[in-house]
Amino acid sequence: MTFPKNLMYTKTHEWVLLNDDGTALVGITDYAQDQLGDLVFVNLPEPGDTVTAGESFADVESVKAVSDVLSPVTGEVAEINEVLADEPQRMNQEPYESWFIKVREITDRAELMDADAYQAFVATC
Amino acid sequence: MDAKKTPLYDVHTASGGKMVEFGGYCLPVQYETGVIREHMAVRTACGLFDVSHMGEILVEGAGAVRYLNRLLTNDYTVMRVGQARYSPMCREDGGTVDDLIVYKIQDDRYFVVVNASNKDKDFAWMKERETEDALVTDVSDQYAQIALQGPKAETILRRLTDRIPEKNYTALFDGRVGEIPCILSRTGYTGEDGFEIYLAPEKAADMWALLMETGKEDGLIPCGLGARDTLRLEASMPLYGHELSDTITPLEAGLTAFVKLEKPDFIGREALLAHATPERRRVGLKVVSRGIVREHQEVYLDGQPVGVTTSGTHCPYLGGAYAMALVRADIPAQGARVEVDVRGRRLEAETIALPFYKRNR
Repeated sequence: MTFPKNLMYTKTHEWVLLNDDGTALVGITDYAQDQLGDLVFVNLPEPGDTVTAGESFADVESVKAVSDVLSPVTGEVAEINEVLADEPQRMNQEPYESWFIKVREITDRAELMDADAYQAFVATC
Repeated sequence: MDAKKTPLYDVHTASGGKMVEFGGYCLPVQYETGVIREHMAVRTACGLFDVSHMGEILVEGAGAVRYLNRLLTNDYTVMRVGQARYSPMCREDGGTVDDLIVYKIQDDRYFVVVNASNKDKDFAWMKERETEDALVTDVSDQYAQIALQGPKAETILRRLTDRIPEKNYTALFDGRVGEIPCILSRTGYTGEDGFEIYLAPEKAADMWALLMETGKEDGLIPCGLGARDTLRLEASMPLYGHELSDTITPLEAGLTAFVKLEKPDFIGREALLAHATPERRRVGLKVVSRGIVREHQEVYLDGQPVGVTTSGTHCPYLGGAYAMALVRADIPAQGARVEVDVRGRRLEAETIALPFYKRNR
């Protein structure tokens, strides 16, 4: 299981890449995909939608169950990753390449952990 | 209550099984390969399942057949030794206590296999109705059960024994796999050819290892409860608590072939006769929109609620989202365009014939 150092993490197992230009990419962690099992669908918001830190913005469906994905930041959806609609297995295969949304005009953040803190947190799960 | 361990618990954890609680037992929901690969292995090669959680009940005595015919909706009058026969077990009001399989061991001895989550309820139900010449005993603790399922199952088994049940829904009570004595039954819950092996719990780990070793070259892999559920759903087999329940009759579930209304008397017969043409029935749904339909989701036709889904998932072999639903009986079982409310979103679906998947024989 990997924990890239350039990302920040939530307690609910999302990752966020905070870019220098004020935008952010959001996805689910390696731990999350491992826990969820084979993913077969993701329901994403639309560009222009508002997402709120700590609130659900998407859901992912595994063969077994549906799970909410919570946003690490508050802001506006600038882009969604269309590739995931056709190739949901990428969320399992490359969780840190498989961003769900790009967020801009960020006004708030959830409580975030760095890679070391998240790795320690996962060890207690 | 703490979940019980099956005799294969240590085998599962050592092979990377992701353990969950189900029906009072701790069982693997999947192994490291994941549900989709496990599902595909069963459709194209072979999979091995621990189903030791299932309950086993003996019915013994000169009145066993009369007892079963009164207790169950199917007819057990004409049956050869070694045959297995599926049946719903109904309440007086026609609702379903459980669905089960009865094996005939001899004229006065029958072996009944019931769902894990219903075992205590079933045993109490059966025990209350026991007669002097039909005695009911819970023997669940004396049996582990391993299911070998898939098109390669027979090939694998033939390397380990020269006697296998030739016909579907038959069993050998004095079977042997390798050196291990067992009940060897040609049954399953996946929609594939396959075998269910009942054996002494202390031999279960040896049997599992023997089958895995023997089947490796044919692509045999261990499979968990996740694949068991996607396989049975793809093959459109009912699961108690979903397509059948205390408040769902077997006729509503479409199990007409297993309800012998022409039998003079059985528990639930009058209620079932009174509703022989049910107001709702089980249909198959193929989801047309992107997304997955799950259980307990409302089904709409022309904006009007017409029923509710009972199970639904992504079916790996067919490659799409499918569901079963109980809907108003006037809704066409094929070709009706409906909508399903999935957490506030309306997904389009179409009613299609059951089963979704049927193997080529």
